[in-house]
Amino acid sequence: MREGTFRNLSGCAISGIFSKSGKRFSGQKIIDSIAVMHERSNGLGGGFAGYGIYPEYKDYYAFHVFYDDSAAKKDCEDFLDSHFDIINLSKIPTRKIPEITDEPLIWRYFVSPLPTKLADSQLDEREFVVRCVIRINTVIDGAYVFSSGKNMGVFKAVGFPEDVGRFYRLDEYEGYCFTAHGRYPTNTPGWWGGAHPFSLLDYSVVHNGEISSYDANRRAMEMYGYKCTLLTDTEVITYIIDYLHRTKGLTFKEISHVLAAPFWTTIESKPREEREELEFLRHTFASQLLTGPFSIIVGFEGGMMALNDRLKLRSMVAGEKDDMVYVASEEAAIRIIQEDLDRVWSPKGGEAVIVTLKEGQI
Amino acid sequence: MAINYIYPDYEIARNQDRCINCRVCERQCSNGAHEYIEDLNKMVSYDEKCVNCHRCVALCPTRALKIVKSGHTFKENANWPGKIINEIYKQAESGGVLLSSMGNPESFPVYFDKMLINASQVTNPSIDPLREPMETKVFLGPKPQKIERDEKGRIKKVLPPFLTLSMPVMFSAMSYGSISYNAHESLARAAEEVGIYYNTGEGGLHEDFYKYGKNTIVQVASGRFGVHPDYLAAAAAIEIKMGQGAKPGIGGHLPGTKVGPDVSRTRMIPEGSDAISPAPHHDIYSIEDLRQLVYSLKEATNYQKPVIVKIAAVHNVAAIASGIARSGADIIAIDGFRGGTGAAPTRIRDNVGIPIELALACVDKRLRDEGIRDNVSIVVGGGIRSSADVVKAIALGADCVYVATAALMALGCHLCRSCHTGKCNWGIATQVPELAKRLNPNIGYKRLVNLMNAWKHEIEEMMGGMGINSIETLKGNRLMLRGVGLNEKELEILGIKHAGE
Amino acid sequence: MRRVYVNEEWCLGCHLCEYYCAFANLNGRDLARTLKNVRINPRIKIEERNGISFAVSCRHCDEPLCRKGCITGAISISDGVITIDRDRCIGCYTCILSCPYGAVSPSDEGPVQKCELCTKNIYGTPQCVTGCPNAAIVYEERW
Repeated sequence: MREGTFRNLSGCAISGIFSKSGKRFSGQKIIDSIAVMHERSNGLGGGFAGYGIYPEYKDYYAFHVFYDDSAAKKDCEDFLDSHFDIINLSKIPTRKIPEITDEPLIWRYFVSPLPTKLADSQLDEREFVVRCVIRINTVIDGAYVFSSGKNMGVFKAVGFPEDVGRFYRLDEYEGYCFTAHGRYPTNTPGWWGGAHPFSLLDYSVVHNGEISSYDANRRAMEMYGYKCTLLTDTEVITYIIDYLHRTKGLTFKEISHVLAAPFWTTIESKPREEREELEFLRHTFASQLLTGPFSIIVGFEGGMMALNDRLKLRSMVAGEKDDMVYVASEEAAIRIIQEDLDRVWSPKGGEAVIVTLKEGQI
Repeated sequence: MAINYIYPDYEIARNQDRCINCRVCERQCSNGAHEYIEDLNKMVSYDEKCVNCHRCVALCPTRALKIVKSGHTFKENANWPGKIINEIYKQAESGGVLLSSMGNPESFPVYFDKMLINASQVTNPSIDPLREPMETKVFLGPKPQKIERDEKGRIKKVLPPFLTLSMPVMFSAMSYGSISYNAHESLARAAEEVGIYYNTGEGGLHEDFYKYGKNTIVQVASGRFGVHPDYLAAAAAIEIKMGQGAKPGIGGHLPGTKVGPDVSRTRMIPEGSDAISPAPHHDIYSIEDLRQLVYSLKEATNYQKPVIVKIAAVHNVAAIASGIARSGADIIAIDGFRGGTGAAPTRIRDNVGIPIELALACVDKRLRDEGIRDNVSIVVGGGIRSSADVVKAIALGADCVYVATAALMALGCHLCRSCHTGKCNWGIATQVPELAKRLNPNIGYKRLVNLMNAWKHEIEEMMGGMGINSIETLKGNRLMLRGVGLNEKELEILGIKHAGE
Repeated sequence: MRRVYVNEEWCLGCHLCEYYCAFANLNGRDLARTLKNVRINPRIKIEERNGISFAVSCRHCDEPLCRKGCITGAISISDGVITIDRDRCIGCYTCILSCPYGAVSPSDEGPVQKCELCTKNIYGTPQCVTGCPNAAIVYEERW
């Protein structure tokens, strides 16, 4: 069964590493971190997002695509050809290992929208790209774009996350930010597209939890033109973030006040200016509130946000050392890569940890 | 009439061993169904006068009374049930349209009873409302379409007019005239205490109740009774009544006998005159006319108050609602075919309109398909009987529900469905002073508050079970519902899966 | 102190208070059994005329005329409640004549009777209040 034909609930492990100075480091670190939390996954999905990994192609959208077969590849490439300049295309390099099997065809394209097509569409460039991605994923049978941002990429598969990392040779990539996910789904998916992170443009989400608000969120987002084809929390959360950040222009701090809005009693106790803003956000974006347990790490261009649900029903720990910021489901997953931390804390429910690159980096 | 064709449906059963001849039944029955016979030192009853309202049963201090179904029956006939035969007899005698009160009592499917609610197990914790915050606060009104910022980059907090409710339930429209002063006072005071709204109905707002204005929705109906600038100004919101679930397509008729001095002044019509609301608004023959009335009312109130448009759930309700959502309305109220009434032609009440569950599901879907669901809030009424119905309605996509029958029951109504006689023994649907005083609003409002508080607790329990701690994430969350015993088409319209899927 | 007050506005004239009064002061357990075939002689009575009705019972005056008039000292105030010592009462009815409210009446046994707020029967709190269906009779403190 594929994601999208049923609703797959899962528990998970997440981890994220971010360099505020923009110093690039190897993907091996994030593999080491997520591997510690082996017990929190069950071998049915693992994945990574890396930021700053394609500096030589940083002005192009990097599409990572799964194909079921070469017919799907042909259809998709026809579509890409007619909508984009393809600057570079290749198979994504992988390593054959016994732990990872049944791989689909995995291709990578660096693209730029065709200026004429873009002008005809009367859309802004990023919206054009989003629509093309959604089009491929919903219309072209057997093709699935699982990464579409600039200077970033998602790598995911069915397997334990540390094996997925080795499979994708993540140790050979360098970036200023990596996030990771190990999955513990309650059902048995056989499809790689269902693994996390889920991403759209440069927004990627890894998520541990099960939101009770799912269908309310999904139906709201579908009204704004998103198609929730996977029926996963991560997918809808990514769309919400894209909508709030790209379309509505909210800051990530404001987004955190929408996703994990403070309780009304808390809002009422705030000073006027802050209270009015929180009220406005809750009122306006009521359909984007998430309830139920979650801890998420959102990657975006130049930043990372970690957020817990309003009651903190899932574990999440943050740590800091010099310019490095670490977030993980368990402290051990941070300590394994950085024993000596300046600060370790457990962010409160609804209190986002938001880090961005220092001015001028990357 | 030498021949009486009709044998009473119900009989008054008196336990003579327990009857102490206190005569409370006799004094309390406005229909004269009980009488003390001095010679016999005995109470007797007249079944044909009994409307089965249970006033005597409830007040009898010795529990000597009960009402039972009379065993009398016609020869069994699947095509001609006794009810229909009796209606023929009545019409053959009177030559008139049959009148009824309260909601459709016929055995149409109740979809609320064919939907079940979800709960968390293992993968997601349920939330205990006694230990964690549980939010039932609701806003009604459009959502801002654009985010604007000031020169410092701060969001401009400009919201269109909206209503704030402590829980997603309001008391729906019942006019002063159709119900008593005391019933209105009970509703107004309860709405204030609970932090919700009650609705004046089409009969104007009694001068004594202007003080409850911030919890009042005033109605503008086709008869325009009691509508004037102060009336509009007093309210928190204005409702244009286009239709009523119990009688879609027809107007209202308050008999002159109910139009006493107070009702006359409030409605701004002569004492003793019949108050007849036309079937349509005669200034609204199409959707563009509705837009004009919506904006007239907004102009009249300085764009300070949300405008509600209330319609009956009829066959093409989705298209109508979509039109209303584009006509300046801030809130759409949809009234299902089970909705109550103080008086309606029986044939209309029992045969016109569609179930609110289906109407709600298709309206919510249509507005989302058209991308205009954020322009309006949806309030549904006509068949909401319990907190479970509230939860199911919200999960189907409603922002809030309207209740009226349940509220009247809290005030004592026993659903005898005789409101149109004006002799309500419970002091609710009557203007007779001796009867109206039977409803003491000091008691009535507390019972309403109790009912709302009880429902709120139950809603919180059900939300907590689902792992939801804020009601906005229940709205339209149809995965929280499963159907039982519904066919494919019904499931498709409701937008839910069958249990087991 | 708490007294029985009557809200005339809400009195329905149903007379239930009279029956609950009689029942309580007969120390009855089952209303039907206690009052079946009994002509009641309650200490609270409904006055009604022209559509107006209200219940009348002892107001427990601070300076009660009934006590002043009592020739045997059978009427006394205990904790604010005007009570009758049935052993001392000789049934001269002076109290009945002196009460301006008509709240004292002859009993079926000889001594006079009046509302003693159900303090002397098995119920302990005024049963007319408990039994009133419309809160027209209340038991409360008023200043």
